[in-house]
Amino acid sequence: MLVSIYRYNPDTDEKPFMQDVEVQLPEDKDLMVLDVLELAKQQDPSVVYRRSCREGVCGSDGMNINGNNGLACITPISSAVKPGGKLVLRPLPGLPVIRDLVVDMSIFYKQYEKIKPYLINDTAPPAIERLQSPEDREKLDGLYECILCACCNTNCPSFWWNPDKFIGPAGLLQAYRFLADSRDTANVERLAGLDDPFSVFRCRGIMNCVAVCPKGLNPTRAIGHIRSMLIQQGT
Amino acid sequence: MVTNVTSLGRSGLYDWIVQRFSAIILAAYSFCILANFVMNPDMDFQTWSSIFEGNAMRFFSLITLFALCAHAWIGMWTVSTDYMTSLQLGESATFFRIMFQAGCVLLIAVYLLWGIKIFWGN
Repeated sequence: MLVSIYRYNPDTDEKPFMQDVEVQLPEDKDLMVLDVLELAKQQDPSVVYRRSCREGVCGSDGMNINGNNGLACITPISSAVKPGGKLVLRPLPGLPVIRDLVVDMSIFYKQYEKIKPYLINDTAPPAIERLQSPEDREKLDGLYECILCACCNTNCPSFWWNPDKFIGPAGLLQAYRFLADSRDTANVERLAGLDDPFSVFRCRGIMNCVAVCPKGLNPTRAIGHIRSMLIQQGT
Repeated sequence: MVTNVTSLGRSGLYDWIVQRFSAIILAAYSFCILANFVMNPDMDFQTWSSIFEGNAMRFFSLITLFALCAHAWIGMWTVSTDYMTSLQLGESATFFRIMFQAGCVLLIAVYLLWGIKIFWGN
């Protein structure tokens, strides 16, 4: 299989280029994209990318695979490439490239930090733990599973246009995760921090985030819930 | 919280609601005008003028004009802050964006005053 990999080393390259590497795949196995990348790296050890858990938990190997963002470790070749086709790997779009497939995610984490991704509760802590009913716990399903791989943010045009102002789908999914948490008491402050024309309202409902989320989450729905909470509080 | 001074209401929620309410008013007015055309297949200038002689239609037109202005400003402000940023235009982005926004304000003001003159002038 022909694998085309985005290459860029700012120390030595004037501009990025695509490098084609021919990789021999076993016929009886449907490898993951990360496995194919590992085979390509055996031929050219200078290829740089992030990877860690190789099972879709750490979120390190988010990249653009044949035009769609995804995690290389859980994307089968059969779903990414048509039979006889070429595998094209590029870094996540919209973020500065550090080298090859590695991007600088500082702005992504900065947006995540803005939503205060931790439980805020000013009441006296109980002796053991803050209890939650099974019904309240259920409200966090579909929210807490986010692994911050940035596949959604970097596929969102609103984030491409205003990465410093629009929090983006990943951050907003987590914002709602804490707004929906029965143990959190800072809803008023959290919502006040989101009521500007950029943080939440730059979402145009394009739903690229939903289409690419490797964990099958729905940030657009969470953003809709935040909007409803803002309306309830502000009208 | 991202601060800004050029959006209509300084609040994302406010602008979002105004844009949707104004869209409903614009849609209702469009249907109203369309219905007049359907009910008057032989529309001439006399018939057209008579539609706007009643105060109800004049007030409706005035409210629609305000809704159009608010809707246009929120929309154009959003477009300018999406596409005319330093990422696309570099350091001169703020200058071009403010010039574009000033041009929009001027055009919207002209439409508003001209519209008022058409509906309420002699």
